[in-house]
Amino acid sequence: MNVRTEQRIAFGFLFFCTLLAVVPVLVILGIIAYKGMSALSLDFIFGMPESGMNAGGIFPALLGTIYLVTGAICFAVPLGVLSAIYLVEYSKDNVVSRLIKLAIVNLAGVPSVVYGLFGLGIFVVFLGFGVSILSGSLTLGIMILPVIITASREALESVPKSFRMVSFSLGASRWQTIRHAVLPHALPGILTGTILGLGRAAGETAPILFTVAAFYLPRLPESVFDQTMALPYHLYVISTQVPGIREDFRFGTALVLLMLVLILNLAAIVLRYRFRKKKRW
Amino acid sequence: MPTHIAVRDLCVHYGRNCVLKDLSFEIQKNEIFTIIGPANSGKSSFLQTLNRLNELNAEFTKTGLVTLDDEDIDGIDVERLRARVGIVFALPFPLPLSIFDNITYGPRMHGIRAKARLAELVERSLREAYLWSEVKDRLQQPAMNLSGGQQQRLCIARVLAGQPEVILFDEPTSGLDPISTARVEETMMELRDRYTIVLVTNNVAQAARVGTRTAFFLMGEMVEVGDTKDVFTRPSDPRTDQYVTGKFG
Repeated sequence: MNVRTEQRIAFGFLFFCTLLAVVPVLVILGIIAYKGMSALSLDFIFGMPESGMNAGGIFPALLGTIYLVTGAICFAVPLGVLSAIYLVEYSKDNVVSRLIKLAIVNLAGVPSVVYGLFGLGIFVVFLGFGVSILSGSLTLGIMILPVIITASREALESVPKSFRMVSFSLGASRWQTIRHAVLPHALPGILTGTILGLGRAAGETAPILFTVAAFYLPRLPESVFDQTMALPYHLYVISTQVPGIREDFRFGTALVLLMLVLILNLAAIVLRYRFRKKKRW
Repeated sequence: MPTHIAVRDLCVHYGRNCVLKDLSFEIQKNEIFTIIGPANSGKSSFLQTLNRLNELNAEFTKTGLVTLDDEDIDGIDVERLRARVGIVFALPFPLPLSIFDNITYGPRMHGIRAKARLAELVERSLREAYLWSEVKDRLQQPAMNLSGGQQQRLCIARVLAGQPEVILFDEPTSGLDPISTARVEETMMELRDRYTIVLVTNNVAQAARVGTRTAFFLMGEMVEVGDTKDVFTRPSDPRTDQYVTGKFG
């Protein structure tokens, strides 16, 4: 076989494999959009569920998910960014800091249902927050913490060493250097990582299963100690737990959840693109 | 001339690696003290000892004494010391900020907030670095848009804005073309009246052009120190002679 044909076959095969990765995404999107589109309407998105979830809308679940994600950000972003700053800028490379880094990597690998049980044990029972938005947000927050720490660390480490050198050489303290010469340039990366973490939090079912999610609660939550419905759990319920739910409702709910996650990811991509264009080093 | 910086029995180690051995000499006020020597002679390490910048390296240890105006530099607040002893690096490292914000970075970190005061500092230091006429109409533009030579003079202006007494130059022209190099050298000569300058250079001819006194470093030791023209015309050590005449290095 001559070199050129060989190369053409190799390229063709590689292209085929790449294509295989894209196909499932398109098929899933296509089927869900096709079957769920007919259910989408303002009443569906902003309405209360009625007659055993077979009529009305999904607003409590949508709002519940938004509350949970917001709660998770409020908790995980400050904690995650501050730990990343400590790890990158302050800690020396010793056994303790390496152990911490190892723990964070492992935290990312813990199955989400384990986070759910952990949340049940700590927040719901031990701290007495009950099955509530607070417990659910904290559980989701802990779950996305490693994502945020890792993204923030990478963002901080990608800021050139020379910025720190210059800042120190001009008589800035360590904290001033971090605040003025490092953080502003790491912020885009931190933001992107955070949004990707949120996308994950919005779609997870297991962590909220025991900590916050209500099976059927056709009213809006009134405080952080209320239970709430949430989109991923609602989808699970109407797809598997209650027989005879209209098909377009099930696919419509999946479509709304999918769009929520896609919008978050898209926001991260746009943000990254815009900052990368402005970046000059 | 009065002594500005005195070095007594200075040894510097990175981990177990000895980079400077038993240095003792003085740098006088308002001179251009040049340090020459081949790569890895400890020239840059010496400069970064003077403003304690190498303390950022966890491996760094030193023994001996360095004084600035008869005061032990370890006793001076490190942020204050670094403003008093500014450094210009081999490569121009503008921060990704505007020209104005680059120059005011140091003063702002030391608590100067008033707009008028900052604007005055910017104009004065840009004039001193001979950059004012080239950039005065675009102070708000990104510093990274300037040419390499302009960036290096911006870095000089940025150091000047901290109102230092001593300016350390660490091979400041190694990345510049001959015309930019000449401008930076002119700037150094002008600054000599108001500041004490310590210049580390790989370029022996540059040391001869701008220096008042010159030290020759080799493998972490100071082989010789003296008036620049003596070091170049009748060196007391044969190694200095070989280095300045280009037999090695």
